[in-house]
Amino acid sequence: MIAPELAADLLSRALRRGGDLAELYVEERSGLGLTLDDNRVERPQSGRELGASIRVVVGDSTYFGHVDGLAEPDLQRVAESVSQAVSGDRREPQALQAAEPAEAHDIVRRPEDVDATTKAELLRACNETARGAGSEVAQVTVGYVQTRRRVQVFNSDGVSAADDRTRVRLSAQVVARRDGKPETGTETRGGHAGFELVANHPEEVAESAARKALTQLDAVDAPSGRMPVVVGNGFGGVLLHEAVGHGLEADAVQKRASVYAGRLGEQLAEPWLIAYDDGRKPGEWGSDGIDDEGTPTQQTTIIEGGKLTSYLYDLLRARKDGVASTGNGRRESFRHLPVPRMTNTYFGEGNATPEELIEGVERGLYAVSFGGGQVEPATGDFVFGVSEGYLIENGKVTSPVRGATLTGNGLEALLAIDGVAADLSIATGYCGKAGQRVEAGVGQPHVRIRALTVGGTAG
Amino acid sequence: MSELEATARKAVEAALGAGASDAEAWVEEAVTRQIRVYEGNVESLTDAGSRGVGLRVFLDGRSGYAYGTDLTDSGVKELASRAHETAGVADPDEFSGLPDECGATPVEGLKAPELADWTTERKIELAVEIERAARSHKGVSQVEDTVYSDAEGAVAIANSRDFSASYEGTSAWAYASAFAGEGADLMTGLGVGLGRQPGDLDPKAIGDEAAQRSLSLVGARQREGGPRPVVLDAFVAASFVGFVGGMLSADAVQRGRSLFADREGEEVASPLFKLVDDGTDPEGPDSAPFDGEGSARRTNGLIDDGRLLTFLFDARTARKADRRSTGSASRGSYRTPPGVGTSNLVLAPGDADLEELFRRAGDGLYVTDVAGLHSGVNPISGTFSVGAIGRLIEGGELGRPVREMTIASDLVSMLKAVEAVGSVSRWVPFGGSVKAAPLLLREMSVSGS
Repeated sequence: MIAPELAADLLSRALRRGGDLAELYVEERSGLGLTLDDNRVERPQSGRELGASIRVVVGDSTYFGHVDGLAEPDLQRVAESVSQAVSGDRREPQALQAAEPAEAHDIVRRPEDVDATTKAELLRACNETARGAGSEVAQVTVGYVQTRRRVQVFNSDGVSAADDRTRVRLSAQVVARRDGKPETGTETRGGHAGFELVANHPEEVAESAARKALTQLDAVDAPSGRMPVVVGNGFGGVLLHEAVGHGLEADAVQKRASVYAGRLGEQLAEPWLIAYDDGRKPGEWGSDGIDDEGTPTQQTTIIEGGKLTSYLYDLLRARKDGVASTGNGRRESFRHLPVPRMTNTYFGEGNATPEELIEGVERGLYAVSFGGGQVEPATGDFVFGVSEGYLIENGKVTSPVRGATLTGNGLEALLAIDGVAADLSIATGYCGKAGQRVEAGVGQPHVRIRALTVGGTAG
Repeated sequence: MSELEATARKAVEAALGAGASDAEAWVEEAVTRQIRVYEGNVESLTDAGSRGVGLRVFLDGRSGYAYGTDLTDSGVKELASRAHETAGVADPDEFSGLPDECGATPVEGLKAPELADWTTERKIELAVEIERAARSHKGVSQVEDTVYSDAEGAVAIANSRDFSASYEGTSAWAYASAFAGEGADLMTGLGVGLGRQPGDLDPKAIGDEAAQRSLSLVGARQREGGPRPVVLDAFVAASFVGFVGGMLSADAVQRGRSLFADREGEEVASPLFKLVDDGTDPEGPDSAPFDGEGSARRTNGLIDDGRLLTFLFDARTARKADRRSTGSASRGSYRTPPGVGTSNLVLAPGDADLEELFRRAGDGLYVTDVAGLHSGVNPISGTFSVGAIGRLIEGGELGRPVREMTIASDLVSMLKAVEAVGSVSRWVPFGGSVKAAPLLLREMSVSGS
């Protein structure tokens, strides 16, 4: 995309009036999305964008500009305009050092080499599977998305790095209806991977979504009150993501806008609990070779022995705390500034089985999957809608429930975790923050929480 | 014809050249600036230009879409071939196609020339003033974010039925989020303002609002639940109204994904609840002369006297239902094809000020923030259960602050339970673009400790 000589020249222009750091970020992104809805493949979309951004950091201030396309005069203009905001003496950037190539994730079949009709057929097969799952299946939506982002990062500290990121994702939403009353079930499968990920038994995704919708037809109103909650693996990890992870992102911590600020080393959970943010886990949805500032991704232990062990840093916040970036400087695209973001965040495995966790509960909720969640990082207060949930009665999973929400507080919930299973899986989430949407892997093994507040419609 | 319209026209020609039977191009150009301040200093300043085109093509009843940032002749050709290729995999849809009738409704004041008079320094000063106002309140422990943003842009559309049009617009908005209290008792409050240019924003009001909203929650606790009257403030009312608007999309209805299906003409709300979708309100953030596929924008009464008047239609859903488009094809940007959506939702204000709503509620809950609305509402059945923060209403007056509460109901029951609408309405950026007022609801299921 951009030659190192041009990058060096632009960085030098950007530091014309000084600055602690200048950075050039170049990106070519392309993607294809297909949807099957109401038995029809529709809304096929293909996108291709090329652009670059330049930022100059001076103390705590950042000056940023971006432009569509990579025309040299445009790039020079952005460099000049960003440098205008600074009022110091010229600085020379350090010579660019070619980095080791970023850790590659296996791509067996490049999605763009697969014919679009093959992808449409895949959606049709999923549609048929879902519709065949039961006579009460009323509507099926299946979606396929592929993206490729090729990025280059150059900065005045000599960083010169590149990454080539390919992601695919298959999702199914099924509506089942009985006596006019609808229930929905969803399932997704995705990763930093090639077409092989979705081509391998795609109908399992549809089947799972259909089963969830059909099961929910028998749902009873959710109970309310405080009770033990067993949270499912995979997408259940959204709880960790929302209630803990966001509070560990260093921007919130440094602004004292996180309940986890000043708590490094504190015992926040049972002494056997461990949790990670891991941007290099092979093939996972939130994995990349480097982050969007050119720092190699890494596995960061955020909770070990029940103690808080690390925050999640980008370059700016790391510099402020005198530590190294943890490779969490991520951005949605070249049009955005990097901010500390989670990659794949998950609890490490324990040694229980899910059945053992459930057996210990006399009356409680089994929350398998969430429709989403929200947290206030300043307090750790969270709320999650339970999209698939069941009652636990006398140590057994019984009726499905509808309309349950979990409300609570991250610190309290962490402390109340009293069991973790050995069945880690990571699901595909999209995480929104500061107006930017990035792919985030959420995951965990089955986890039991001693008590949480369940809000429901039944008394 | 503007330069942008010429580009759109060029893309349409390219699509026809590539074999499309019909085509439509949407071109956008914008310059945006965003200023984030912290403790009186610039934390980040963003200056950005963007230009892009989205091309929709029709081919024997199949439609495809491609977008890109390369507006050169060769870029547009490549775009046309990608759009053509995507159309090839779609299933035919007899109702898809360009609108039968295109046009533009004149809307005054979309572009505020004053924006050009504001230097970056003055905008920074405005943002700093917002932060200062928020911090000036005793008890405010932190102002995490103060953001000012503006944009100046132009949009052009052209299609193969010889229609082309364009318009220019400006916008400016700002928000601040303040904290009051300490540690795990930290409560946050948001202040917002929006307009067409920075002079429309009142920095002190935005900062004060952020501070007051956080201060009013200090000491919040989870408290006892039970059925009780609920007052939703304008922010929360807007979020719910936005949700209702989404379910009035004819697309949601035709796909069996709306609880309002088959209910046109029926009573779906209290007679006090009056809702209009107005795509041409001069003050509306989402106002424009034409919608996302070139139908003229208009004003659509949605709910009046409690009765559901119409759904919102684009060309495709209108054709399918044998109706006329309501000018409701909306687009997020050139990166997305048009789909049915609301423009500006305007909730008609009522007769009671906030104090009067509290008095009428007696003992109830005043909700100033909800969490998890999008995961908590079932779009098909309308049942919801969402986290709520606010104050108790005790003896007709504002009482103790509460958090970690849950309110639950279903949308139609909630709309029918509207007992009064606040007399002061304002534009808020929640639930889309909504002009909302507080709502008093007779009873809702509230759970807490």
